[in-house]
Amino acid sequence: MSVPTDGLADGGRTTEIFDPGDMARALVRIGHEILERNHGAADVVLLGIPTRGVPLARRLARTIARVEADVDADAVVGDLDVTMHRDDLARQPVRTIGATSLPPGGIDGKVVVLVDDVLYSGRTIRAALDALNDLGRPRAVQLAVLVDRGHRELPIRADYVGKNLPTSSAERVRVLLDEIDGRDAVLLNGDVR
Amino acid sequence: MKHLLSAGDLSRSEAVTILDTTAAMAATQEREIKKLPTLRGRTVVNLFFEDSTRTRISFETAAKRLSADVINFSARGSSVSKGESLKDTALTLQAMGADAVVIRHSASGAPHVLARSGWMTGAVLNAGDGTHQHPTQALLDAYTLRRHLVGLRGGVDPVGHGLDGQHVVIVGDILHSRVARSNVELLHTLGARVTLVAPPTLVPVGVEPWTCEVSYDFDQVLDTEPDAVMMLRVQRERMGGGGFFPSALEYSRSYGLDARRFARLPDHAIVMHPGPMNRGLEISADAADSPRSVIVEQVGNGVAVRMAALYLLLAGAGDASPPGHAENPAPIEGAA
Repeated sequence: MSVPTDGLADGGRTTEIFDPGDMARALVRIGHEILERNHGAADVVLLGIPTRGVPLARRLARTIARVEADVDADAVVGDLDVTMHRDDLARQPVRTIGATSLPPGGIDGKVVVLVDDVLYSGRTIRAALDALNDLGRPRAVQLAVLVDRGHRELPIRADYVGKNLPTSSAERVRVLLDEIDGRDAVLLNGDVR
Repeated sequence: MKHLLSAGDLSRSEAVTILDTTAAMAATQEREIKKLPTLRGRTVVNLFFEDSTRTRISFETAAKRLSADVINFSARGSSVSKGESLKDTALTLQAMGADAVVIRHSASGAPHVLARSGWMTGAVLNAGDGTHQHPTQALLDAYTLRRHLVGLRGGVDPVGHGLDGQHVVIVGDILHSRVARSNVELLHTLGARVTLVAPPTLVPVGVEPWTCEVSYDFDQVLDTEPDAVMMLRVQRERMGGGGFFPSALEYSRSYGLDARRFARLPDHAIVMHPGPMNRGLEISADAADSPRSVIVEQVGNGVAVRMAALYLLLAGAGDASPPGHAENPAPIEGAA
């Protein structure tokens, strides 16, 4: 495997955690786990958190639609922007606001599965729960992430995890997706533990 | 961006960022729950030295939708009517901890003085100064134009786009219009072609370097099939002794958007007016109430544009209260 150095901070060593095959297998497994836990796809809505949660949610929706014949992938997936609900707005430069779009059926009474790439402090998910609150009242909210890297600052955990990746906070986890970055990979960048 | 003082200060990318943020804000305003927690704990002061119900309500709504605290300060019945200077008012607002001041003033340049004097550290938003600038009005006009001409007509998602190739005609009292000045600068920045139409008496001296064309003949300009026509209010309260045109009827015949001229517009063209309208003078009811009139939509977009401006100026780090402006007694920083 070639190890790219483009756009990665402070040199250090870069390890590839997922190659495209690993990622595809993890997403298929998560898709099946969602169906298993909820006894099918009835009332399940997938909401991707921008930026990389959005294509991940779409891939999960396609996986689910392949298994459950009566599910239309486009009808169960949406985007949930959490920028305006973040608690760290005043600590960072102004963030660009992303798009929020809900599936045609809305989220009231549904089982909403939030989809994000990396679960770290948990603050993004807290913001997502607040944002969700303003949009409707789901029956239940679950969380699917591709990578859980630990270091939680809030009592939040994921229901579906692609890979548990113990990290030090000095390290950086980067998820690359074909739709945005031109290829699929999960990279760990930083000092060797 | 620390302040929003003039449409001419904005680069193309800054202007497009504001319009894109406006689109995101407008989307949140279609929800049942319109309030967002984004500016919780921030204080926005509406400092209005000139009467303006529409603009003040628009800014007030925008700030409240973002959960900021709003203080309305109108000159009438305040310490200003007792002779307080702009400086002392600013120092008072600073002492009260205003994070942003929305100012409207009859003197051109008042917002600039407030922003550059060092009297206060908050962001300054110009809500109209004299006959100079009204940047949020120009931004909401540009947003409305982009939504209709690029988005709905062009069939593309307007996010990220300017107004390249669009032809906008601004008709009426250019002389007294800060809306026209702001629009000429902003629409040109965004790539649109602007033509001003007015009787010679209502065209300002020194219009030559402006980035637009000027015509005295509305009918001739209509032959060029513009994409949008923006009618300006005849500001009779600024015309003192009169003498700018012989009579209202003659003005209406030559420069009003009556049924006959409205019928000559291309099918896709939209009709705009910053309000308040003088029906029967610069615009006829046929044009104002037609489906191609976006005048009511402009008001709604005004709230979204002002939400975007407040968000971009106040939400990020350091914008609200940068530590230690040299001229100011900086608050004592706690030892870390």
